[in-house]
Amino acid sequence: MTVGVAVRGLPERAPSVRRGRFYLWLRRRSTIAVMMCFPLLAIITCLVAYPFAYSIYLSMLNKAETAFVGFGNFLFLFKRETFWLVVQQSILFALVAVIFKALIGLIAAHAVNTIPSKGQRKWRGMMMVPWVIPPALSTLGWWWLFEPTYSAFNWLLAEFAVPAVPWLSDVFWARFSVILVNVWVGAPFFLIMYLASLKSIPEDLYEAASIDGASAWQKLFHVTLPMMRNIIAITVLFSIIVTFANFDIVRVLTQGGPRNSTHLFATYAFRVGIESGDIPLGAAVSLFMFPALAILSFVILRNVRQRTVNI
Amino acid sequence: MANVSLTNLHKSFDRTEAVCGINLEIADNEFVVLVGPSGCGKSTTLRMIAGLEEITEGDIRIGGGLVNDVPPKDRNIAMVFQNYALYPHMTVFQNMSFGLRLRKYPKDEIQRLVGDAAEVLGITELLQRRPKQLSGGQRQRVAMGRAIVRNPQVFLFDEPLSNLDAKLRGQMRIEIKRVHQHLKTTTVYVTHDQVEAMTLADRVVVMNNGLIEQVGTPSELYHQPKTHFVAGFIGSPAMNFLNCKLFKDSGSLAVSVGDILKLQMPADRNTRYEPYLGRDLVLGIRPEHVHEKRAGNEVQTEVKVNFIEPLGMETMVYFTVNGVELCGRVSPEADPRPGQTAVLSFDAGKSHLIDPETNQVL
Repeated sequence: MTVGVAVRGLPERAPSVRRGRFYLWLRRRSTIAVMMCFPLLAIITCLVAYPFAYSIYLSMLNKAETAFVGFGNFLFLFKRETFWLVVQQSILFALVAVIFKALIGLIAAHAVNTIPSKGQRKWRGMMMVPWVIPPALSTLGWWWLFEPTYSAFNWLLAEFAVPAVPWLSDVFWARFSVILVNVWVGAPFFLIMYLASLKSIPEDLYEAASIDGASAWQKLFHVTLPMMRNIIAITVLFSIIVTFANFDIVRVLTQGGPRNSTHLFATYAFRVGIESGDIPLGAAVSLFMFPALAILSFVILRNVRQRTVNI
Repeated sequence: MANVSLTNLHKSFDRTEAVCGINLEIADNEFVVLVGPSGCGKSTTLRMIAGLEEITEGDIRIGGGLVNDVPPKDRNIAMVFQNYALYPHMTVFQNMSFGLRLRKYPKDEIQRLVGDAAEVLGITELLQRRPKQLSGGQRQRVAMGRAIVRNPQVFLFDEPLSNLDAKLRGQMRIEIKRVHQHLKTTTVYVTHDQVEAMTLADRVVVMNNGLIEQVGTPSELYHQPKTHFVAGFIGSPAMNFLNCKLFKDSGSLAVSVGDILKLQMPADRNTRYEPYLGRDLVLGIRPEHVHEKRAGNEVQTEVKVNFIEPLGMETMVYFTVNGVELCGRVSPEADPRPGQTAVLSFDAGKSHLIDPETNQVL
């Protein structure tokens, strides 16, 4: 009799214990957090992780994508003069453009911040225009301004008897032009980020600095910039990554010319991978900057985190 | 050290006049508190003294020199802000030494001055911390340290204790008083808290609607208010006000509140009050002058208690007279109960009469 009860009881109890643990696990905050993040994780996996892993895989195949060649494509690139020209141009393009975007953004943010709040919105809106227009479209407008036959800039220069400038056909001027357009498109992003940061600095810090004896420059260097350091670091990091990956401006304005002097990694990867049909080599080009940018991101974000803890 | 002089000081923001022409003389070493309700112009006045607000009209003199167009850094003043305004990216030492560094003091001198100030305020062990790592009270001490380290002519305090809890506020009040006694620097202190004003000030300036209502010692303001506003603003709980009529009662002056209350005025006020005979006036009497029946010839009346506030050493009694809720202060032994009647005494000798047309205390 006793044995019978025990035997009947076991199969009933065992699943209830299992269900209890499962429910407890489901009710844990960490489980709920992971489940709520799952849609985002799925999207990131499909749109970022998979293409990234696949491009690494592609970069290690031969041109016909039939054999594994390891780092062969990278070693091949290292021997090509054009590739080093692209590296040089990409670094020059990214550094000069980001420096100017940051400077112009900072100056413009200060200028907008001094406008009384009543009239500030329209200026903010107008200054954001370059950033909200699709870059391929606005770059077409710039192309028209630079284009040798109808160049509006050259027409203006001619009015002052200045000789025409070969905006897109001379190496220096072509580089100047693509950087100029990138700065024009990207500076409003810095403006809006810096403006938000400026507005978050308490006014009484400036008043305290005034009483402490600080001049306008000293307030900028001792109050404004230190208070904006995190936003500056994050904005610059984001902009470096986006600027290195720029495609549309160079593609529309110069197609990488003259003599490959304005190619960036993205446009060169497109030329090699799509137009020349060597997708593995194109993948190798596009992956080249990844380790450097990853290390840069790690260092900047670690500093940001440390400052957030201290300030 | 210096005196501060405000002459016909005005400040307008667009069409709104925040300060409407004030005159004030603050003596050297004096601790003056500007007190008043929100929007009365006290902070604007302080900010004009600091040079953080432009003056619309009038003159400000510090140490005898006109400073209307002198920038804040050249006024030799130091200010403690409501939100401390400590630079969050600097350590306590850097915060306190910032003004000295900008003025290119030698390093040894900076070390010595900051060290001395930190010792006075008991924050020596905090010098290498950042503001985020400090409590509210410690931040307030650092803000004071930043102010005193420069040995300015004038200290300006803009509601420095309003972000602290009640206990800490009491401690810091003592701290500020101690620092002032130690340094003896001319101090202008803004607050809306009348307890701070009364406990800290040599003289209190009561402001209302951009004007000075009264300037006087805490005791003068409390016992001899000049206006209806000052009488009501100073003192907690506030003074009771009742509409009354002045009349002559068997040779002496008295006021009647409806048919309920009749108070005989002291004979020494006859000359002052006689011109107002037969006029409708306002009777002002503080809660401590309405108390349980005691020996003496005070007017006693029976009231129905609405509710009570036992505070331990005394009990506040709320009751209604002539449709107006009044407050009295009785001993706990009197044991008043809500809903029951109590006999309360009105100390007419401590009352005030106010002309409702001019709002001046007679």
